[in-house]
Amino acid sequence: MSEKVRLTREQIAARAALELPDGAFVNLGWGIPNLIADHLPVGITVYFHSENGILGMGRRAKPGEEDLDLVDAMKVPVTLIPGASFFHQADAHLMTRGGHLDVAVLGAFQVSERGDLANWKVPGAKGAGAIGGAMDIAAGTKRVIVCMEHTTRDGQPKIVRECTYPLTCLACVDTIVTDLAVLDVTERGLLLRDLAPGWSAAEIQQLTGAPLNF
Amino acid sequence: MPPSFLLRSRNVKSKTCATLDAAVDSIPDGARIMFGGFGGSGFPNNLIQALVRRGTKELTAISNNCGTRDGELSPLFKNGQIRHVIAAFPGPHSFAFQERYAAGEVTIELVPQGILCERMRAAAAGLLGFYTTVGVATEVAAGKEERVIHGQRCILEMPIHADFAFIKADKSDGLGNLTYRLAARNFNPIMAMAAAITIAEVEEVVPVGAIDPEVVVTPAIFVHRVVVAKGIHYV
Repeated sequence: MSEKVRLTREQIAARAALELPDGAFVNLGWGIPNLIADHLPVGITVYFHSENGILGMGRRAKPGEEDLDLVDAMKVPVTLIPGASFFHQADAHLMTRGGHLDVAVLGAFQVSERGDLANWKVPGAKGAGAIGGAMDIAAGTKRVIVCMEHTTRDGQPKIVRECTYPLTCLACVDTIVTDLAVLDVTERGLLLRDLAPGWSAAEIQQLTGAPLNF
Repeated sequence: MPPSFLLRSRNVKSKTCATLDAAVDSIPDGARIMFGGFGGSGFPNNLIQALVRRGTKELTAISNNCGTRDGELSPLFKNGQIRHVIAAFPGPHSFAFQERYAAGEVTIELVPQGILCERMRAAAAGLLGFYTTVGVATEVAAGKEERVIHGQRCILEMPIHADFAFIKADKSDGLGNLTYRLAARNFNPIMAMAAAITIAEVEEVVPVGAIDPEVVVTPAIFVHRVVVAKGIHYV
């Protein structure tokens, strides 16, 4: 039996990258999802979408080639791949809400067993909060994958029966990729599809706040 | 035959303003103003600075975010000119806004980003509202009519109108046909369509006919004033 470790953020991103079909149109959210572009399997082409009106983003711009009018949704200078296009923000979100994107990969604070997503606000946080594009993307994209750590820093489950954090969207998450496991949200509840090396299904169940099917 | 009657009735010559200050000189206290820009790109920073100089007060600002450090909307918040903001993502460096908000001097309506776009587009298109699944069962749904359409819960969203739009484009011709550069397009074309009066700061004004009609993004019908200024990016 291999040593029991939790995947790093990069390894979570690399595992999630395996879920992306060749030729897919994909939106990546803040946090771990943003690392996915650097971990695509060889031979796979993905057309990354950005809310500010880009399809076909390539790698990050190298020092010296940055153009401040060519940035991703995190304000990072990027490049384009052949076949890229520009459009305005309303069309960018028409793509998200209208079900035109194949996959969105988002970060999360909590996901419920029915696929409810909470990822925009911590309860009791000061300040005005910030929604950004998360609600549009979660509501409309054909397949929503969440990338996150399986538990909070103090060991509490982030996969729960009911979200206690402010909701982003009801019943939108299809797959959860964590540092311990890959789970699918199904009509019968959560299905444990893959495990990090060295972990057992029973151990994952102990760290999950909702019942798992194996 | 060029439509010379149209040129006269549209008063084309007056569309191009000699200075930034002239471009904003009719904006009254209490105005509702849309500001383009996203991710540091496509912000009408020269027009914003002209509005700071003018000192117009009691503004409602409609924009994706709420300023960054010293740039974008931040000088207007610092100067106490904005009372209410409609935004999707105030932003991690919107310090001037956060300070005013914490002091109770500014109120905010947070709107999902795509719904912000679509509410402006509804205003532009003469639509009186629309139903969407976005925001159902979230804080965004508070106080909004909810119903079920085709088995899906949805909420009613209303148009967002504005008196003015401040936008950043790349080129304009003398008529106000606009092109944009790369992802600096973002919110600008939508706001240009939604506001009663659209003021564009551009890198360059070229003669009418010098922009290929195939590449015009914002047709001149949506543009009322144009002013040339070298664009500013705040990183």
